[in-house]
Amino acid sequence: MRTLRILLEKEFRQIFRDPAILRLIFIMPIIQLLVLPLAADYEVKDINIAIVDQDHSSYSRQLTDKISASTYFNLVIYTHSYNEAIRGVEKDMADVVLQIPPSFEKKLIKENEAKLFMALNAINGVKANLGGVYLRSIINDFNGEVRLDWLQFPRFNPQPLIRISSINWFNPLLNYQFFMVPGILVILVTLVGSFLAALNIVKEKEIGTIEQINVTPIRKHQFILGKLIPFWILGLLVLSIGLLLARIFYGIIPAGSLLTVYLFAAVYLLAVLGLGLLISTYTETQQQAMLISFFLMMVFILLGGLYTSIDSMPKWAQIFTMFNPVTYFIEVMRMVVLKGSNLYDIRYHLLIVSGFGVFLNSWAIINYKKRS
Amino acid sequence: MEASVRAQNIFKSFQSGKTKVEALNDISFEVEKGELFGLIGPDGAGKTTLFRIFTTLMIANKGNAWVDGLKVVSQYREIRKRVGYMPGRFSLYQDLTVEENLSFFATLFDTTLEENYDLVKDIYIQIEPFKKRRAGALSGGMKQKLALSCALIHKPSVLFLDEPTTGVDAVSRQEFWELLRNLQLQGITIVVSTPYMDEASLCDRVALMQAGKILDLDTPSGITRKFSKTLWSASSNDMYQLMNDLKADERVNTCYPFGQYHHITFKGLNQEIQSIEKMLAEKGHVDLTIQKTEPTIEDCFMELMNQ
Repeated sequence: MRTLRILLEKEFRQIFRDPAILRLIFIMPIIQLLVLPLAADYEVKDINIAIVDQDHSSYSRQLTDKISASTYFNLVIYTHSYNEAIRGVEKDMADVVLQIPPSFEKKLIKENEAKLFMALNAINGVKANLGGVYLRSIINDFNGEVRLDWLQFPRFNPQPLIRISSINWFNPLLNYQFFMVPGILVILVTLVGSFLAALNIVKEKEIGTIEQINVTPIRKHQFILGKLIPFWILGLLVLSIGLLLARIFYGIIPAGSLLTVYLFAAVYLLAVLGLGLLISTYTETQQQAMLISFFLMMVFILLGGLYTSIDSMPKWAQIFTMFNPVTYFIEVMRMVVLKGSNLYDIRYHLLIVSGFGVFLNSWAIINYKKRS
Repeated sequence: MEASVRAQNIFKSFQSGKTKVEALNDISFEVEKGELFGLIGPDGAGKTTLFRIFTTLMIANKGNAWVDGLKVVSQYREIRKRVGYMPGRFSLYQDLTVEENLSFFATLFDTTLEENYDLVKDIYIQIEPFKKRRAGALSGGMKQKLALSCALIHKPSVLFLDEPTTGVDAVSRQEFWELLRNLQLQGITIVVSTPYMDEASLCDRVALMQAGKILDLDTPSGITRKFSKTLWSASSNDMYQLMNDLKADERVNTCYPFGQYHHITFKGLNQEIQSIEKMLAEKGHVDLTIQKTEPTIEDCFMELMNQ
């Protein structure tokens, strides 16, 4: 016990003496949490639209007004020439072109039917797709208004009408940050838990201090615990800072119990610490450990459901995500923070992550040798 | 009396790419209790590998080794409590202070600085003024002293020092050897390696190592006594030309630079030194001196290497 205590004492002393690590642990997460969720936003706004109005009627003006009043669209070009609008697209000034053909109003009134033409710049697929959807819904709305305008209501609706009204559960305002912040927090905890720990152990190898440690009677498990415990504590510390920031800056108050979050994080950190330890046993220099970490981090982020929905991945990729511990924590964070899930709801996640912990740690301990 | 350190037919090889490098090739020797034993040899002779085997950091391919009567493979746990090891590279925590390093290693051995203060006193006094300084900010000589203190903190019965004086200035080197002498007086067996031949004479016994083999093992005077030929030292105004001329002469056996002289041995036993002098004078050497000299360990090493 005395040995473990001095090891922990030494480790914390070194960590708090290294300004670079302190910055990495405390300042980086704050910046990431404050900047990333605002920047990484899937909502498409500010779609530049070019309207080719060849009708110049009151209806075409109404439609134009309706579109430019929407927060999603910026009316950048208003013209009567289709070619001019397309040139605007070519110059990257406009994303969407809406053509209102001549005698739009006349046809609408006389024939009860009129056509509009929509052209989308699909270089950015998401923007084109969403732009089209938004525009269509505005036009539909407009259509409804027009009908309301000049239809005399019969006693009964000639056509049966189904109205759909929806409610967004757990995130009623569809606030994207509510979705991102818990996920980014998971990535930060993973960084501290696995990669900082790996780098720390490899540093001892690189500088040669491990040599001096290895000739002492210190036991393998003491040394490993002496390395894991500090980063376990730091990981929970980063989580606490992150939750606090989420509350202050984004108003995210976990719907579920904080205790559930911490319990899961405690187990999860054991798993990622095992990963860090494993990396350290396979590398000799900090550079090697760093490169492996970079590679793994990319995989963790892209196959962890942070940005991309796992459900929309191909089947094989979904199987991959099952071997990614980050996936489970992100899911649990979102479940507990947004939905208020309790321990019983996340029992399988907890079980799987414990499995990761046992597996990774055993592998690392078997692979860690005090002598060659 | 049982040997303090013993090696018996030790082999160790490393795989370097496709070629196999024999780092240790049938090494056997014994070091007695309380002895100051030197392993002398150039870089790559296998000194560090041998140390790593004795300090239980590495396992030999073949052969046995004992430290304090304990087998290095099976009783390594006990050995780790009894040996002090100072690796060739400074391997203490640079971001901890002198004091923190000492108390850290003391605690790992379940002891305190105060408990074994007598042993490290001489050394510790010299670094005490800097005890609040981080180890990384110490000078080379001070780092060595700190490392030695840390290796001694648990009162080891055997001390392994891997090239403790490499990269240390001449004054610090001398001080360091004096410290080793004092430690020896306290009954600690010391095994020290060095690439510097001049330090060999400061040991009780030395083993000359080269390419994984022990060339000779004896007391320093015993080794120099074995030098079979008469050694001459020569100098002139043009040392480079002198070397070339001597090497070109068929009567000359070996010739190599040694400090400000060239050391020469001849093939025959009774060489007419006058005729050599005459030959050199004819080649235009002035201020020529050739005189007999006592062989040093280095001369013996050169001779053994050429055999």
